[in-house]
Amino acid sequence: MRYFPPPRALTISWLALLGLLALTLFAAYQPLGAFNTVVALTIALIKAAIVAALFMELRGDDGLTIVFASAGFFWLAVLFWLALADFLTRPGFPPRLSPWL
Amino acid sequence: MPEPAPAFQYATLSQQHGAARLGMWTFLATEVLFFGGVLLAYVVYRYGYPSAFAEAARHTHIAIGAANTAILLTSSFLVAWGVEAAKQGFGRFAALLLWSAAASGLLFMALKGYEYRLELSESLFPDDGFAITGSVAGGARLFFVFYFIATALHALHVAIGIVVLAAIGARARGGAYSAAYYAPLTVAGLYWHFVDMVWIFLFALIYLPGRA
Repeated sequence: MRYFPPPRALTISWLALLGLLALTLFAAYQPLGAFNTVVALTIALIKAAIVAALFMELRGDDGLTIVFASAGFFWLAVLFWLALADFLTRPGFPPRLSPWL
Repeated sequence: MPEPAPAFQYATLSQQHGAARLGMWTFLATEVLFFGGVLLAYVVYRYGYPSAFAEAARHTHIAIGAANTAILLTSSFLVAWGVEAAKQGFGRFAALLLWSAAASGLLFMALKGYEYRLELSESLFPDDGFAITGSVAGGARLFFVFYFIATALHALHVAIGIVVLAAIGARARGGAYSAAYYAPLTVAGLYWHFVDMVWIFLFALIYLPGRA
């Protein structure tokens, strides 16, 4: 069987993803207060961007494909915007939960 | 192998490939919203019950979660490598890479199953006799409702992906793909990378809160 070496960009992406995983694990144990969540989600977004751009090859894709790929995330943003505009401004939220829910 | 020809409704193979890619991204957009609804519920309740979510997240097994993240990231790399290898005519080597990725998926599922078993034995399933009590009990139950639904939906996607990768690997081994014809390869790859991407966010939301 003939061996095909991994393209450099893919190897670098993979190593970067594992590095970011180590970084987010380390950061999770640092007492940063509310910033722990910000750091965790920022690193998750960077990892997702690497997967989308390099593994899913969006980086070399034409504009139409990128628009199609962005559509789901656009509507997701609308979903979060409208839903959070409701819940974050609702009097009486969060409701008091009984111990069994 | 005969020269691959486009299906009758396409003028060229590259047009056919472009249509397949757009179709797959359209499907993935519906998947983004499918998982997005579950994530929205998490965000709303984490906003509502932050200390309960932190307490519940501390009960998850971060070592297993981190190992599974590394496994999925590596499997995605193997798939991207395999797609490239098959395109360049290294069909047999590509099959090895794609099957290795499928095997990584099986390892992920096995670890996930072991993790579920640990959680059931620790009474973390949100039914009668739930382990976390006191003022945070209700919110912690909500966290574990999210945990079991989100990870089970994700595992279902991994299971489908394993079957797809195994099948695509077999076709690659038979020399079905080339620099001219590779649409099924990239479409299968897109699906697997998307499943990986969902896990990246689940990992950050499930295992990391409340550790500091």
